[in-house]
Amino acid sequence: MMSTLLDVQNLWVRFPTRNGVFDAVRGVSFTLGRERLGIVGESGSGKSMTGRAILRLIRPPGIVEADQISLEGQDLMKLSEKDMRAVRGQRISMVMQDPKFSLNPVMTIGDQIIEAYRLHNSASKADAYNKSLEMLEAVSIRDAERVMRAYPHEMSGGMGQRIMIAMMLIPNPEILIADEPTSALDVSVQRQVLDIMDKLVKERGMGLIFISHDLNLVADFCDRVLIMYSGRIVEVCDADKLHEAKHPYTRGLLNSLPRLDAPRDRLEVLERDPEWSEAPSVSGSE
Amino acid sequence: MALTEDNNQRRPTRAPLTDQVWPFLRTTLLTLGSIAVTLLGLLFITFVIGRVMPIDPVLAIVGERASQETYDTVYLQLGLDKPLMVQFFYYLWDVLHLDFGTSLLNARPVSEDIARVFPATLELATIGIIFGVVLGVPLGVLAAVRKGSWIDQIARVVALVGYSMPIFWLGLMGLLVFYGILGWVGGPGRVGIFYVDVVPSVTGLILVDSLLDGNWDVFKDAFSHIILPASLLGYYSLAYVSRMTRSFMLEQLSAEYITTARVKGMSEWDVVWKHAFKNIRVQLITVIALSYANLLEGSVLTEIIFSWPGIGSYITTALLSADMNAVLGGTVVVGLIFILLNIFSDLLYKVFDPRAK
Repeated sequence: MMSTLLDVQNLWVRFPTRNGVFDAVRGVSFTLGRERLGIVGESGSGKSMTGRAILRLIRPPGIVEADQISLEGQDLMKLSEKDMRAVRGQRISMVMQDPKFSLNPVMTIGDQIIEAYRLHNSASKADAYNKSLEMLEAVSIRDAERVMRAYPHEMSGGMGQRIMIAMMLIPNPEILIADEPTSALDVSVQRQVLDIMDKLVKERGMGLIFISHDLNLVADFCDRVLIMYSGRIVEVCDADKLHEAKHPYTRGLLNSLPRLDAPRDRLEVLERDPEWSEAPSVSGSE
Repeated sequence: MALTEDNNQRRPTRAPLTDQVWPFLRTTLLTLGSIAVTLLGLLFITFVIGRVMPIDPVLAIVGERASQETYDTVYLQLGLDKPLMVQFFYYLWDVLHLDFGTSLLNARPVSEDIARVFPATLELATIGIIFGVVLGVPLGVLAAVRKGSWIDQIARVVALVGYSMPIFWLGLMGLLVFYGILGWVGGPGRVGIFYVDVVPSVTGLILVDSLLDGNWDVFKDAFSHIILPASLLGYYSLAYVSRMTRSFMLEQLSAEYITTARVKGMSEWDVVWKHAFKNIRVQLITVIALSYANLLEGSVLTEIIFSWPGIGSYITTALLSADMNAVLGGTVVVGLIFILLNIFSDLLYKVFDPRAK
């Protein structure tokens, strides 16, 4: 049994709308150790909302409710906004989908990384600068000095995402939430970015929540997988056993994937059973 | 050996000086060229409009009872027998020497008149825009950050009133309340009657001139006269600036890099001012420059109500008395201001947005 970093129990994310309350996440429970936990599901299944709710980044009018979201025994739901700011970045961090949008276009990359470091460390500018250079080199960025002076629009997607990873890991957090970190990248650089992220997460003994809609990627990359459907977890399995998954939704997703080694004229279409969204959420606790 | 190599690598590399100077020179030359072309077009259009107007410039000078001989002499003096293009080049030549001709109304050079009325408008517009920006921008930012709250509602009402109240009404009410009843501010005009021409005119801006002269009494009096009309004009730009700021901010606050800043653990104040606000500066500059240009054009109604001898009322009076030289001169000056403000905001874009370089 691994030591538990994060324990989420009965998490709900609600959005009041004109036609009543919309529940984006409905009673999700899981734990995270020093492992790579994948969350897969289609668009709108609540996987991104789960990630953001852990950081309490759901903006009003959205509401987050949970029995607990405890980070090494400390319940994040009970923290004040000010205390929560000390958790964000320093203890739990997040890499988002597209570096084109997730980096501030009018600030130099250096300023953005230095800022991430200095928010949680009382370091001098020079120290923070050197630390940022080291971090950029750790994500395999050559010519880090030039990159520090550059602006985000001068970077390619793969570089941008590596910069994001450097920026999010520089305060040395315990948990990284990666929300579709490679979906906006070319296939050729996806693997490279994943390898870098994997290496850093392993080296630092961090917990990783990897949110994706790419089943194969998650099966390859993660240790354990939660499959979400309409705001609930429908199945939990070990990543290497994903292809033996039992839930009809997971089976449907797997069968609708084209495979090079087993070509078919027509891929299966996912048949949805209304019962899936009514069934209680499966617990992802270890 | 390995050590020296490492040192070389770490040293920031700079482009040679010529590489830095040349693009700058190029941009400057291009900018000056575009100013010249725009200005030429502006002069041509105003000139043609002035000539095709059904106003006989000769009659306007000699009067209706002049003899045919006098009429013909003046006709030749004005060069009206020459082709329109030739006349335009004469006009262009004069304008390049800052000669806009003689005003028909007071027989003084138009350039002198403009040098007198423009500083009055400049002073009013500048204080007005400062008022509008200093209050309007924070109000807009606050309304965006607290969208839907009571602050947002108040900002909306303030802007709506600013948009919809006619200025002559607000101006008259302002004079009645703050000058007539409360006596907090000076009345119409730039200074009280006892202070007229007390300080020597250096810049034409009374606030500046009185400070240069060290005459505090004149400064205080001029300030109490300018504060009411300037706040009124400022209120109108506040309405515009705050609404635009709000919508620019709303757009930026929903951007993904804002989430990044929050994930870093940044306080909401820093997220708003250090991240979101930095991204609206370019758009905001356009709005402020346009707003300022509008004020510099001279707001006729405000100038009339407050007996403010500015360029708006100058051009209007000239137009009503068919004083075309004065109208053309005023129009060229206003056009020039628009061009200069546009170029100034273009330059600021390059400072504030790395993508515009």
